[in-house]
Amino acid sequence: MQLVLEKRAERSTTIALVSPLIAIGLTIVTMSILFAILGKNPILALGVYFIDPLTDSYSLQEIAVKATPLVMIGIGLSLCYLANVWNIGAEGQFLIGAVAGSWLAVKTQGTGAGYWVMPAMLLLGAVAGALYALIPAICKVRFGASEILTSLMLVYVADLFLDYLVRGPWRDPAGFNFPTTAEFDPVATVPVLIEGGRLHLGAIIALLVVAAATVLLGKTIKGFEIRVVGAAPRAARFGGFNSDQLILLTFAMSGALAGLAGIIEVAGPVGHLQPGISPGYGFTAIIVAFLGRLNPIGILIAGLFLALTFIGGEQAQIAMKIPLDVTKVFQGILLFYVLACDSLILYRFRLIFPSPKVSSGTA
Amino acid sequence: MRKILIAATAVLLTAGASLFSASAADKLKVGFIYLGPIGDLGWTYQHELARQALVKEFGDKIETTFLENVSEGPDSERSIEQLVRAGNKLIFTTSFGYMEPTLKVAKKYPNVHFEHATGYKRDKNMSTYSGRFYEGRYIQGVIAAKMSKSGVLGYIGSFPIPEVISGINATILGAQTINPNIKVKIIWANSWFDPGKEADAAKALLDQGADVIMQHTDSPAAMQIASERGKLAFGQDSEMIKFGPKAQLTSIMDNWAPYYIDRVRAELDGKWASEDTWGGLKSKMVVMAPYTNMPDDVKKLAMDTEAAITDGKLFPFKCPVMGQDGKEVECKGGDHLADGQVLGMNFYVKGIDDTIPGK
Repeated sequence: MQLVLEKRAERSTTIALVSPLIAIGLTIVTMSILFAILGKNPILALGVYFIDPLTDSYSLQEIAVKATPLVMIGIGLSLCYLANVWNIGAEGQFLIGAVAGSWLAVKTQGTGAGYWVMPAMLLLGAVAGALYALIPAICKVRFGASEILTSLMLVYVADLFLDYLVRGPWRDPAGFNFPTTAEFDPVATVPVLIEGGRLHLGAIIALLVVAAATVLLGKTIKGFEIRVVGAAPRAARFGGFNSDQLILLTFAMSGALAGLAGIIEVAGPVGHLQPGISPGYGFTAIIVAFLGRLNPIGILIAGLFLALTFIGGEQAQIAMKIPLDVTKVFQGILLFYVLACDSLILYRFRLIFPSPKVSSGTA
Repeated sequence: MRKILIAATAVLLTAGASLFSASAADKLKVGFIYLGPIGDLGWTYQHELARQALVKEFGDKIETTFLENVSEGPDSERSIEQLVRAGNKLIFTTSFGYMEPTLKVAKKYPNVHFEHATGYKRDKNMSTYSGRFYEGRYIQGVIAAKMSKSGVLGYIGSFPIPEVISGINATILGAQTINPNIKVKIIWANSWFDPGKEADAAKALLDQGADVIMQHTDSPAAMQIASERGKLAFGQDSEMIKFGPKAQLTSIMDNWAPYYIDRVRAELDGKWASEDTWGGLKSKMVVMAPYTNMPDDVKKLAMDTEAAITDGKLFPFKCPVMGQDGKEVECKGGDHLADGQVLGMNFYVKGIDDTIPGK
């Protein structure tokens, strides 16, 4: 008797729907065992992770704050990945967006500029992110350079550029030489939605982005082109779709969204430009994009879910003294199961019973 | 099924709530935000040692909680607020980058007390504390100048912020008392902790003729390189002798325990007030590891220097202090530079043949 993985004739839609649930179920079982080994009550621990953060408005706000950049970047990346274009450098586009928007904040500091500053900063962030993303796109279209490498390497360029600015020209003159700009003026800050909380306008912008992407992919010809070029490049060529143009377009769109997320983060929760403004959002968003199956609504859910595990993990550290590493193990196990279960959409298990008599007879 | 789930959740939540509130009854909850993982040496580890000392000192009277590996970006404000919401009344945020987030949370929760390490912004309920690490640097300068055959010291800097600049200056001022022509080569790692970069920096410095390595970064990588090459080095933050038994001369160790114990006691007695503490060798916030791998006369000189600084007879930044341009730096502290001048130090002293990055 043998257990083999066999390719299905077509995608299983049932499994596609059930697989995330199976994955979460398996994660919960595995984590319960791990918690038990650590000497923690598994039910209490899972409650702290998954239920507690959903029970008060403070934690809900924090989940939204954490999910906002992940969802925005994830949506942009999904457009690239659907078109079979690999933008790995969203982190760099995020940073450049933050830098470009901050330029205006730094220049208008203390000048009494009006309420146009913040919207203009967001626009600058998006434009700069798009332009920065076009560098690897143009290199690919013109010279055939691998966009995976070029976009990734540009992350480090952006990181060091930001570093240079806050240590040099933009350094807060009253800041004892520490590497940060001065705090932005109120007109250069993304407003908070609920008094006393941290939920900011960016969360609403992220929702608008989700809606716009849903319309783009579902209702427009451009969206159709993106999907066809990714899924069937030959068919797309016969259909007269210009794949070079789509590479530029998807890169620009994902760069713009990453840049927008960057300046929103800096002008919102952070309040000034400094090194280390992103704990790897541009890379985590890649996971979010795939966890959400490159679907806008899916990405929204995936972003919120990943944010939940961050917040829950932090509360578990405080309430149950569960080490931070366990949170990371937890996220890793979850992703592992999601990907493993997804293979069941295209494959299925089958038991094979060999017939020894026949084989020995012929041999 | 749905109803069962909801019921189960409700039971769990109430059970959980009662569990937490029962233990929280009259203990003082003390929270910590750590920059790195705890590990077994370095900056965060020294804070963890002090937390353990608190637990030992106060036992059942307090309950401590820490969050480790908290990045200095937007996450830290949330992490600090989470500690507040979990009932912590005294919170130590142990890295410079937490300054603005700590200040924001402090303004929001006026009844909670905050202690921020190495910053300069304070509030009614937010104190700052840091160590006069430059005092140890001065001693290291004296030792290094005595031990160096080439007359060239190698210095691995983290970031060109005042604390690090004043450390370099103090080292040179100490070294110049022995060898007026001492040279220093500086490499910036642009990181507090990056073993790869630190090791590369140490190799480059040794290749350029330095024979004593000093560092303002956190890992023992440089110590290991010096040890491999048969050269000398100083540890940082923690005792690092096990990484270079034949290489370590001494190490500047952070000792936060006495301060933390003082502050928790003040909180328990209801006497906590916002303060600015800058402790050095005297208050034992800065402690020198045993002087090793040096002849007895150097050891004696090092101990005498340490004693003189501890007793307030010797100031590392004793006037006149000459800037790189050869002009005397204004002396605002009587016979030595004022604390403010050291805290905001943004110039090299005479004898350093280099420029501060970004200046």
